[in-house]
Amino acid sequence: MPLQLKAGLLITALIIGLSVLAPWIAPHPWDTISMRTRFLPPNSIYWLGTDEYGRDVLSRLLMGGRLSLMMGVSATLVSLVIGVPMGLAAGYFGGWIEEGLMRLADVMMAIPPIMLGLLVLAVTPPALWKTAVAVGFVYIPPIARLTRSVTLTLAGEDFVQAARARAESPTYILFREILPNAWPPLIVEASLRVTYAILLGSALSFLGLGAQPPSSDWGLMIAEARSFLDRAPWLALAPGFAMCALVIGINLIGDGARERLDPRLKARVGKSV
Amino acid sequence: MTAFIVRRLAFVVLVLTAVSMLVFTITSLLPANVAYLILGSFAPPEQVKALELKLGLTDPIWQQYIRWATGFLSGDLGESPLLKRPIAPMLWEAVSRSLMLTGFSFVLIALIGIGLGLLAALRHGRTLDHGISVATYLGIAVPEFFWSIIVIIVFASWLGWLPASGYEPMSEGVWVWFKHLIAPTMTLVFGHLAHVSRLTRSSMIEVMQSPYVNAARAKGLPERVVVMRHALRNALLPTITVLALDFGRLMGGIVVVETVFAYPGLGRLVVFSIQNRDLPTLQAAILVVAAIYAFANLIADLLYAWLNPKIRFGVHVN
Repeated sequence: MPLQLKAGLLITALIIGLSVLAPWIAPHPWDTISMRTRFLPPNSIYWLGTDEYGRDVLSRLLMGGRLSLMMGVSATLVSLVIGVPMGLAAGYFGGWIEEGLMRLADVMMAIPPIMLGLLVLAVTPPALWKTAVAVGFVYIPPIARLTRSVTLTLAGEDFVQAARARAESPTYILFREILPNAWPPLIVEASLRVTYAILLGSALSFLGLGAQPPSSDWGLMIAEARSFLDRAPWLALAPGFAMCALVIGINLIGDGARERLDPRLKARVGKSV
Repeated sequence: MTAFIVRRLAFVVLVLTAVSMLVFTITSLLPANVAYLILGSFAPPEQVKALELKLGLTDPIWQQYIRWATGFLSGDLGESPLLKRPIAPMLWEAVSRSLMLTGFSFVLIALIGIGLGLLAALRHGRTLDHGISVATYLGIAVPEFFWSIIVIIVFASWLGWLPASGYEPMSEGVWVWFKHLIAPTMTLVFGHLAHVSRLTRSSMIEVMQSPYVNAARAKGLPERVVVMRHALRNALLPTITVLALDFGRLMGGIVVVETVFAYPGLGRLVVFSIQNRDLPTLQAAILVVAAIYAFANLIADLLYAWLNPKIRFGVHVN
């Protein structure tokens, strides 16, 4: 296994493990307000200090990790559930179906992701699950495009021709013959998409259009910490570094996996969200 | 080439038309009611109804869209019901400030990004290369809003060199104006540097191993000439198109950065109009962003085609 894949798996597994176990390992309650312990710098009782309501930052961070991960994964699922059938249909049927679906993807990609997210979220009062849906919606086009190109290659393969000759229905061919073979590149792409989703989702939370107080979503924690950067910088630094660690972990996995799938590939060029 | 440009331009116009419909449809779903916004939340229902009728809010949505779109094309963006000011001048002011910010950042991203990539490629496999690689890996992982926090903590809180937020017009003095630009610019540069430098590095490494570079060396040319005249020019082809795309990405980046630094540009206008349910401003602002984004993508496409003749002749590349 390449070193970066190993390192990525280690970091990500650590963060996922800590987040999943958060309710049991968090040293303090994450949402109990205590005016006597406000703004304590990191110390032996509160390892990462306390916030403006005297809540333990470490416990909030652990609970927030679940939110960020859940948001990223569910957003990616949303884009997969909509984007994959779109791409399958476009790649397999061609013609006006392909034209229509792909031009729709072009239109969605003509607005910067964060603006599209803002626009979708502006319609309703904010909540974290809506952010996940909005982020998933924003990232439909890349998934649909990838699925389409994979489908195009697979549609010419012998086993698909055979299924056609047997007069199988298009649904059968798409979901039973093509989709199982399209999974490997889709899974790699989706795992990378999770980091984009987490970054975009927390940016939206940061702007106040995602998780709402007293939630401890990392983006929201950083947003709330903005007013206290002078006196309590640890409030912003803790969730910020946690988020960076998670993104680095997942990126390492993605790069490592890509290198394994495609040894010819050189160092991947990073794309921003 | 002309046919290619015309085709791409037509496509941009189509996409923007579709975007405007999308934006208009989504925003018309907003629970905010312009009539209530103008009259206040406690206005009597009859008055609200009368104003709705007057503003045409009861018409079918496609009629409202056509009215809005024709107004937009003739340069009449309407009036912000919240600020009671015409939108057009407000929007242009915001756009020009944002372009100032993104323009500055863009130049720095190009210079520093290419420089770092070049440096890493020339020291390929050595400590400096590894250092730069690790740094850019980290750069990609740090979200923009966290970069802005780091910049504020370091340069405003600890060092006290820069104002933490705000904007001053140039009439207040060039230095004062410039000082308010530094922090948001730095944030944007840190956030976008990484992929320019990574791309430059990888294509430079590839080019440096090509036969024609060997030939140039064999001719006895000094290494500096080989690198700058022969290798770099070719290696920069992919970088240039990515840079053009980057300009579009910066338009997304300004949303967060302008909000954090209270910089009164386009990004902040979008967030402000969403928070205050100011629909006409929101529609206009998003459409302007989409237009800038679309033209940046168009320029990236055209540059790519211009630099790479294979594309010019109808071979479609995604």
